[in-house]
Amino acid sequence: MHPRLASQFVLMGVAPAEIIMAKITYIEFDGTEHTIDATDGESVMEAAVKNMVPGIDGDCGGACACATCHVYVDEAWKDKAGAVEAMEESMLDFAGEPKDNSRLSCQIRISDALDGLIVRLPEFQG
Amino acid sequence: MSEKIVIVGAGQAGLQAAISLRQARFDGTITMIGAEDAAPYQRPPLSKAYLKGELALDRMLLRPHAFFSQQNISTEFGLKAEAIDRETRTVQTSDGRVFEYDRLLIATGAPPRRLKIKGAKREGVYYLRTLKDSDTLAPILKSKGRVVIVGAGYIGLEVAAVARAAGLPVTVLERESRVLSRVAGSITSDYFHALHRDHGVEIRTNAALEALDGEGDKGAVSAAVLSSGEEIDCVAVLIGVGAAPDDGIANLAGLKVDNGIWVDENARTDDPCIWAAGDVANFPSPLYHRRMRLESVPNAIEQAKVAGMNMSGKKDEAAIYNAAPWFWSDQYDVKLQTAGCPDPEIDQVVRFGAIPRSQSVWYVDGSRLIAVDAMNDPAAFTVGKKVITTGAPVSASDLADPDFELKSLL
Repeated sequence: MHPRLASQFVLMGVAPAEIIMAKITYIEFDGTEHTIDATDGESVMEAAVKNMVPGIDGDCGGACACATCHVYVDEAWKDKAGAVEAMEESMLDFAGEPKDNSRLSCQIRISDALDGLIVRLPEFQG
Repeated sequence: MSEKIVIVGAGQAGLQAAISLRQARFDGTITMIGAEDAAPYQRPPLSKAYLKGELALDRMLLRPHAFFSQQNISTEFGLKAEAIDRETRTVQTSDGRVFEYDRLLIATGAPPRRLKIKGAKREGVYYLRTLKDSDTLAPILKSKGRVVIVGAGYIGLEVAAVARAAGLPVTVLERESRVLSRVAGSITSDYFHALHRDHGVEIRTNAALEALDGEGDKGAVSAAVLSSGEEIDCVAVLIGVGAAPDDGIANLAGLKVDNGIWVDENARTDDPCIWAAGDVANFPSPLYHRRMRLESVPNAIEQAKVAGMNMSGKKDEAAIYNAAPWFWSDQYDVKLQTAGCPDPEIDQVVRFGAIPRSQSVWYVDGSRLIAVDAMNDPAAFTVGKKVITTGAPVSASDLADPDFELKSLL
């Protein structure tokens, strides 16, 4: 890690001991699987971008503004992924190929309860 | 011999071009030169979540550090590109080095316009564009004194919202007769004026700022002085009066420059070896049939994708930049999403949505939809963006009817 980032990391009060890792599996439209270690508090979108999972763009950086981080949450994880708020629901209504397990991955916060989460990616974003 | 691409500018556009070059299987060298010390990061949170201290620096990075080595992209951060020699195809940097290129992208962005009034250089006068700017401004939020914001554009209003959330008294000074006057029509202006007033912001429109006062010539700012003679006491002043393209290097090299670097629909300048993208590029819009220069993340991303693909040399047909522009802003519990480029002169139709403070403003020119401002109304935004892209006809009377189904426009 860049030295400046390391110091900033501590300044922001995120001590390494507080970091909980959760394994998240992203399955691309063509079936390619990516399993990565995600950090507590970041979003499923951020973890994908950070680990260079293709197919999740997250153009707006997680502001729930662009719908380029659309995923289908595995049925077994639907409830644990948390509730869909009104703004997200409305964005999803108009995303490409919405289904009842559609989510914007920028709105799913990672915690140890999501260790093992599986999400599938649509063919196209936006 | 391996081809060389140099990217001047390490913001959203510069990074996206590098990503798109590799995605297009360009396998030559890519060197990215950025004036700031930081690796490419998100700018929008600088006036929102990051300023509030809710987003750590590592979450601001657009890509992790490992990305650059993995994609074989050389990075020169904290280095200023000073000149382009088009004859020798080289870029000279502030440390005296020379970088050769076969193809060059300029993505230097648009830094804030500086205010040229008496006292503008006093301590306590801030601008907001970079991480450093946001880090410098953040401690003010822990003070108790009044913050004066000069300019009621997106940056000014977003900072006003953050300062109010931190409990500070805020006065916004706007030279024009309404807030957001350059970027929205009067209905949207009224909406945001009311939103900020309801959150306790004092908004002064038609306010002419004369000087920033302080102790002696060198003292920190302590008051904003209006042309009426009225003084507004404050501990800090944030200037948000727009941005100007950082096109000096292009101008110096003799490229066509007029409110940004002129590019064609392929993001190429009048030098066939040089492209430009993002806030600094002035491009012809096929949707609006005129030239424009936009300051927004989606514009930087989409235009840089086009530049990257065309610079890769791997495509038989040149990609065209014709994406519908869009913007977003977060203020208090309101998310504004704008599709298209609002023209304040065009007739506007209002619709109200189901979510609190949900409202959309449709800019309609005959049967053509020009833009939509959607406040807490993603459905209006998404439908509007699609209609602007396809050019499907709309009717102002349909849109004005609350029972009209937006989905029927798709």
